[in-house]
Amino acid sequence: MPLPPFTASAPLLAVLVSLAAVPLLALSRNRPNLREFWTFAAAFLKFWLVLAMAGWILQGNTISLEVLRILPELSLRFTVDGFGLLFALVASSLWIVTSMYSIGYMRGLKEHGQTRYSICFALALSATLGVAFSGNLFTMYLFYEMLSLSTYPLVAHHQDLEARSAGRKYLTYLLGTSIGLALPAMVVTFHLAGTLDFTSAGLFPAETPKATLVVLLLMFLFGFAKAGIMPFHSWLPGAMVAPTPVSALLHAVAVVKVGVFCIVRVITGVFGIDLLARLDLNTIICVIASFTVLTSSLIALTQDNLKRRLAFSTIGQLSYIILGAGLASKLGVKGSMLHIAMHAFGKITLFFCAGAIFVATGRKYISEMAGIGRRMPVTMFAFFVGSLSVIGLPPAGGLISKFLMVRGALEADMLWVLVVYLVSSLLNAAYFLPVVYKAFFCTEAEAQFAERIEEAPLACVVPPMITAAVSVLLFFYPTLFLAFASLMY
Amino acid sequence: MSDQAPILILAIPLFSAFVISLVGGLHRTVAFGLLTGAMAGSLTMALVALGAVLQNDAPVHYQLGNWPPPIGIELVIDYLNGLVLVVVAGCALLTAVYSHHTAAREQGDRLHHYYTLFALLITGLLGMVATGDAFNLYVLLEISALSSYAMLATGRGHAYYATFKYLIMGTIGACFYLLGVGYLYIKTGTLNMADLFRLLNTPEMHASASIRVGFLLIIIGLWIKMAFFPLHGWLPNAYSRATTTTACLIAPLMTKVSVYIMIRLMFSVFSVDYVFRTIPWSRLVVWLASAAIIAGSISALAQRDLKRLLTAIIVAEIGYMVGGAWLANANGLTGAIYHILSDALMTLCLFMTVGAIILRTGSSSFSAVENLCRKMPVTAAVFLIGAAAIVGIPPTCGFFSKWYLIRGAVQAGAWHFIAALIFASLASAVVFFRLIEIAWSGTFDGHGHGTPPVARAEAPLAMLAPMVAVAALLVIVGLYTNEIVANLIRWAIPAGL
Amino acid sequence: MDTIIPYVIAKYNYWAAIILLLIGLYGMIAKNNLMKKIIGMSIFQTSIILFYVSIGEKKGAAIPILIHGHGAETAQAAIDPAAFANPLPHVLMLTAIVVGVSTLGVALAILQKIQRFHNTIEEDEILEGMQE
Repeated sequence: MPLPPFTASAPLLAVLVSLAAVPLLALSRNRPNLREFWTFAAAFLKFWLVLAMAGWILQGNTISLEVLRILPELSLRFTVDGFGLLFALVASSLWIVTSMYSIGYMRGLKEHGQTRYSICFALALSATLGVAFSGNLFTMYLFYEMLSLSTYPLVAHHQDLEARSAGRKYLTYLLGTSIGLALPAMVVTFHLAGTLDFTSAGLFPAETPKATLVVLLLMFLFGFAKAGIMPFHSWLPGAMVAPTPVSALLHAVAVVKVGVFCIVRVITGVFGIDLLARLDLNTIICVIASFTVLTSSLIALTQDNLKRRLAFSTIGQLSYIILGAGLASKLGVKGSMLHIAMHAFGKITLFFCAGAIFVATGRKYISEMAGIGRRMPVTMFAFFVGSLSVIGLPPAGGLISKFLMVRGALEADMLWVLVVYLVSSLLNAAYFLPVVYKAFFCTEAEAQFAERIEEAPLACVVPPMITAAVSVLLFFYPTLFLAFASLMY
Repeated sequence: MSDQAPILILAIPLFSAFVISLVGGLHRTVAFGLLTGAMAGSLTMALVALGAVLQNDAPVHYQLGNWPPPIGIELVIDYLNGLVLVVVAGCALLTAVYSHHTAAREQGDRLHHYYTLFALLITGLLGMVATGDAFNLYVLLEISALSSYAMLATGRGHAYYATFKYLIMGTIGACFYLLGVGYLYIKTGTLNMADLFRLLNTPEMHASASIRVGFLLIIIGLWIKMAFFPLHGWLPNAYSRATTTTACLIAPLMTKVSVYIMIRLMFSVFSVDYVFRTIPWSRLVVWLASAAIIAGSISALAQRDLKRLLTAIIVAEIGYMVGGAWLANANGLTGAIYHILSDALMTLCLFMTVGAIILRTGSSSFSAVENLCRKMPVTAAVFLIGAAAIVGIPPTCGFFSKWYLIRGAVQAGAWHFIAALIFASLASAVVFFRLIEIAWSGTFDGHGHGTPPVARAEAPLAMLAPMVAVAALLVIVGLYTNEIVANLIRWAIPAGL
Repeated sequence: MDTIIPYVIAKYNYWAAIILLLIGLYGMIAKNNLMKKIIGMSIFQTSIILFYVSIGEKKGAAIPILIHGHGAETAQAAIDPAAFANPLPHVLMLTAIVVGVSTLGVALAILQKIQRFHNTIEEDEILEGMQE
């Protein structure tokens, strides 16, 4: 079957649709309902465009579209494959849910600058899909930077001192590493390989010295600081000053996953897992990622601010994904791709719940949340499901991907990684389950809430329920995402 | 008409200078109309000449007074200076439009004198770019320099002393150049560039100490003129004390034209062989360029005044271009030539926005940008694009010059130059981010949730229109990098690189 | 020593130009009084003019003026290039002199403005005044 012309241009349209919404959002700034309508229209359209490509991709094809040839050897190119579509599907579906949640949250707290907020959100989603569909390193870099810049106003949304310093830190880390490490690495890669288009066989010629490859690998790993590999992680807890929907979509899904996505792409498309395994470079990735996994989990244990605990948990889970890809075994890479989706649904649920708690009670600290399950049972139940998924317990999707990654570790014959996985899962349980336990089963004396059900506004409660339900569904039916991941290897 | 285009590029602004000084005093609209018309005419002719070069795929030669070279003076327009001519004339036209509001305020009833100098300066710059004669170049260099001294001195007050320093340094630079040309003349007996190229590139000339001294004198003279580190001391004061219009005109063009001349002399009078193989300086110069970039960036980090910030950035940008030209490979030189174009636009863009900010707030300190996003949203947007270009964020053209420069540096193994470029990007990111943060958040009153409403006070249309045009060009040039490089710059790279 | 002295004498015109050039450069850079800087600048420019004029000179050559040289054919026939000094550098210097005078004029005008604004033409006093 030849490529239908509509599907051929769908990647570009999917990226552009939220850009096109920007002027509409700006024009309807005085009519909040119309503005929200445009957001939803763009979100649904985007989701539909991504879905429209799914059938074609699932048949084992790819879509390649050269948008603009900027230099003779450098072009703006979209290539949609299983991995890209998987990520795009996660991001675009969660945008819809998050938009709903944003309305409840932003209106519930009477935030200022809501139009700017929705415009930046739309821009960020364009950039995210741009990264997901990028066909070469250059396009990826371009949208990566666009994402950093368009999310800055979201992080610094409150415009007070704390938000400003967090925003400053955010840009310093993200732009500093991308300009200082990823960009030169990209140029050197281009110099060595003569091309930047991703291929699973890797770009580097066989005679490239190992020392060069090691340096490049490190530059890429740390250059995409959105992935939060230590020591370039501290922007993420700082960015938690942002409104919760931002933390939810951007700092559990879009921004951080873009970082991970870029690194996995570099591992699979620039180096190629065969090369990594042959030269034993995967050990470097695994050591760095394992360190981050364990350290961040330990730090998460000590955090009392719920969102900060979630942030450190995210840092750990991101390195989890990189660890999976770094195993350079097929199952490991597949598992890590799948974990991008699984963790996204789980973690966004948790953030939604944290935000709902804040809207309903104004509380941010775990120590103030004893007995909150009595007051917000629905929210806390969703929280429970979300934490199951992140920990990797049945019946939630996280188990499937973690299982695949564990098998990947066996396949790669790296048994010590198994230990890392195991310990980190225990730590995950240790920092999530007590929160849930305290919420439902605390003594009368400890309880800080009256026995009266009083949930957040509906728009803040429904989204976590949806994402929690999806997390469970993904446990029973992981086929769709698994199929996309399987297309790659 | 089109075969007369090369001379018309210069003749139109030259004669407009006379006409403006005669009748411009009648009304300021007359002076403005004449100047803008002359700049537009010059730009058109530059485009026609460039079109002829593209069409014939050969340089256009124009013999003044029909005297054949080497006796007569000729204008030669090829891919390299065709592009630079368009840049110079285009920037001049945009600044002329922009000056409708600013120059009248700054100059009062002396506007027509000022516009005469404006036209003379542009004549000098265009002439320097178009000429094919080494001595003629000196004369035009001094014509533009003298007009620029006078224009800078209209900044009054502290500008006088800064201009005086510039005059002294500028004269030293020009005289060094003249002395160097004298050495070449002694050895070859000609001043025509093509003739010089033919006579200079023989083994015995390459071995000659006189030629070497001449080359050194010429290059040092030009470095003084372009404010290349460590000869840049005059630039920050001279440019930051100038009036808005003068700064917009001189800052983007003067230094860039000097860089062009350096490239022209390196490869059209001397040769690739001589500059990179016979004399062993290229590595040293790239080191100097790195030092220039680092010094400029550090000084940019320390500034608290918009104009001084921009002058510090210019010093760093000169390092980009000199370094790129001396990397001794095609990528580096492509980056340097492309950066002449992109840096002229970026500098113009930023100086124009700063001018608009000064117009509305009366100050050029960092605090002047407070609440800029709400007070002057268009200006703020233009400023943002200009800043993005300086930092090198795609798809602005700033990214692509860095792309070529870094590729050239990788090829040449000049890692320190890459490090310097990245440092400059990061430093400018920090500086501009600081400004954008102030522009966006304004004076924060502790609690956030918006700041008190600010009255909208956008710059007048005559200033906004060129600003927006330059900002658009920054992106357009970036998007059409491929075409620009493939159709123009690639052919300007001398054989042997 | 034996070799240097004849060398210096043989090229005395260049040495004179270079000494003047250095004097001028010294004046421009090291003098504190702005007027002296301008004088240095003039010496500097003049030294280059001298340099150019001297390179056109030949031993025993006459000034390059053709007495009956109307028309191309007679001119061609009458000229023995070795008998005349090279006129081209002299012509060039005509332009350079004009440039030099203009520069001097602009410099003096600016100096006048400086004197009115700062009430001094001593560089250190100006810098002191600017710091306040």
